Amino acid sequence: MEEAQKYVWEGAIPLQIHLHESEVTTLPTPPSALILAPRIGYLPLLVPQIKPHFSNALPPGSPDTVWFDYNGLPLKWYIPTGVLFDLLCAEPERPWNLTVHFRGYPSNILVPCEGEDSVKWSFINSLKEAAYIINGNCKNVMNMSQPDQVELWRSVLNGNLEAYVRISSKLRLGTVGDEYTDGGGQGQVKTGRVPVRLYVWSVSEDFDDLEDAPQIDSWDKISYINRPVEIHGEEGNYFTLQDAVKSILPEYFPNKSSTNEESSRDEDENEQTVPSEEGEKYLSENVESCYPTHNVEIKLVRIQGIEPKMEIPFSWVVKNLTNPEHYLHICVCLKVPQVL
Amino acid sequence: MGTKEEARGTLSSTDFGVAASAFILSWNTICSSFPPWTWVLSHHQVEGYLSLENILLSSTQEEHGELSCPGPGKHSHQEDPIDVDDATLVHTNPCKVHYCDLHIIYCNSYRVPVLYFRAYDSDGEPLGFDEIEKDLPAYSKKALSDSKWTFITQEEHPYLNRPWYKLHPCGTSEWMKLLFHADDALAKTGVTIELYLVAWLSVVGHVVGLRIPLEMMKQL
Repeated sequence: MEEAQKYVWEGAIPLQIHLHESEVTTLPTPPSALILAPRIGYLPLLVPQIKPHFSNALPPGSPDTVWFDYNGLPLKWYIPTGVLFDLLCAEPERPWNLTVHFRGYPSNILVPCEGEDSVKWSFINSLKEAAYIINGNCKNVMNMSQPDQVELWRSVLNGNLEAYVRISSKLRLGTVGDEYTDGGGQGQVKTGRVPVRLYVWSVSEDFDDLEDAPQIDSWDKISYINRPVEIHGEEGNYFTLQDAVKSILPEYFPNKSSTNEESSRDEDENEQTVPSEEGEKYLSENVESCYPTHNVEIKLVRIQGIEPKMEIPFSWVVKNLTNPEHYLHICVCLKVPQVL
Repeated sequence: MGTKEEARGTLSSTDFGVAASAFILSWNTICSSFPPWTWVLSHHQVEGYLSLENILLSSTQEEHGELSCPGPGKHSHQEDPIDVDDATLVHTNPCKVHYCDLHIIYCNSYRVPVLYFRAYDSDGEPLGFDEIEKDLPAYSKKALSDSKWTFITQEEHPYLNRPWYKLHPCGTSEWMKLLFHADDALAKTGVTIELYLVAWLSVVGHVVGLRIPLEMMKQL
């Protein structure tokens, strides 16, 4: 068992959670709840710990679904806690101050959540997707026995890495990355796909201190990119984290290889579209998409709370920093020059 | 489309773009009385998707609901019947006017298109799934319950940061494989990419009550 994996599973974010003022019905206001939230866990799973802390203060009547916000931004419950923290706190805030709500679930913004069951469903779904990306099918996940499924989920709930490894190894979800760290690059050269979820936010100006980084006050400021990284056999050991990130952002970092059909293809499509009142919108959008690519800079890459050197072999990152559902979540800050 | 992809019923993201262009051209030509499908770029310009919005979900007296066009305001209410098997537009109870948006978005993981939809009333208030189901024609309700092919959940739209309904892609490649292999001639002419979306939507659209005009289907 890799050291790094252990650290990842033990990683936790200290949270300071206070009840939203509109829901406080007692004096004095209840003190904040201080909780250590596992990085690889999810906020709704903490509700059993949090609720008793505030139950006396809540207004009467049955509560709605619990939800959280950070500085007014409703938090997406299906994103692992560690990723939310890495993404929304450019300068890590310890403890992380969150607000909990037991009423007024913003169902126009957040997908419904029915506690642990919803989180488990979302987790298994992501696992299936990852399995499909890695193996080309989700058979091994779909065919998991009921006890195995229960144990797998429980291992995630309890942060039990040993139990997790025992069950998940049956799923045969080793990726291309494994071949290079174990075999030293010899033997079969394989092309494979690695499940990655990228959370990209852009700034137009440099900032020296992370504290000066602009606040993310809306999810629209973040581009969520759910795209697998493709590793081609020959690249093997030389494929770095930087290569990986750039490979799934071809719009900002066009591939040097000749198979760069994507950007030219998009232009063709816009020409073929039947002109309508939207036609002008396409044209202006097309112009905007031509970023002066030599000026796009990767300012920050954060995975599991660390900022690895960009030259690190991607295979190491995959092997050690993935989440239990076999996805690698990467927070990226890009500096993109403003288009005039 | 590489033969490997074709054999699996999947397609690359580049091919999706090609299929989308062909689909738009075909639909907008054949169904010119319908609102056009449009290609929308996600706000960060990274990916694009197909969009058809403000479709009237009409409920008729005798028949069941059906996704018909045009939407309000933009197009006239009097339309010539298009090459569709049966009933076309019927006037609805103005108090119960429901609309629907459809987005066809490429899924990088499963390498197939995925249908996202949402429905709302004339005030823009979102409709719950129960209400949407009421508006669907009987054949759709049956297709929905026939969960071998389809599975609908409420999930976040990949780009719009809002909950939408999504038709699950698991299994898409299976029936797309069947569709294409069922016709040798189709496979040989090499026009499979361009017809991918027509074929795909002819199955998927069924579930949400969207009928593909006969003329488009004739290409298959």
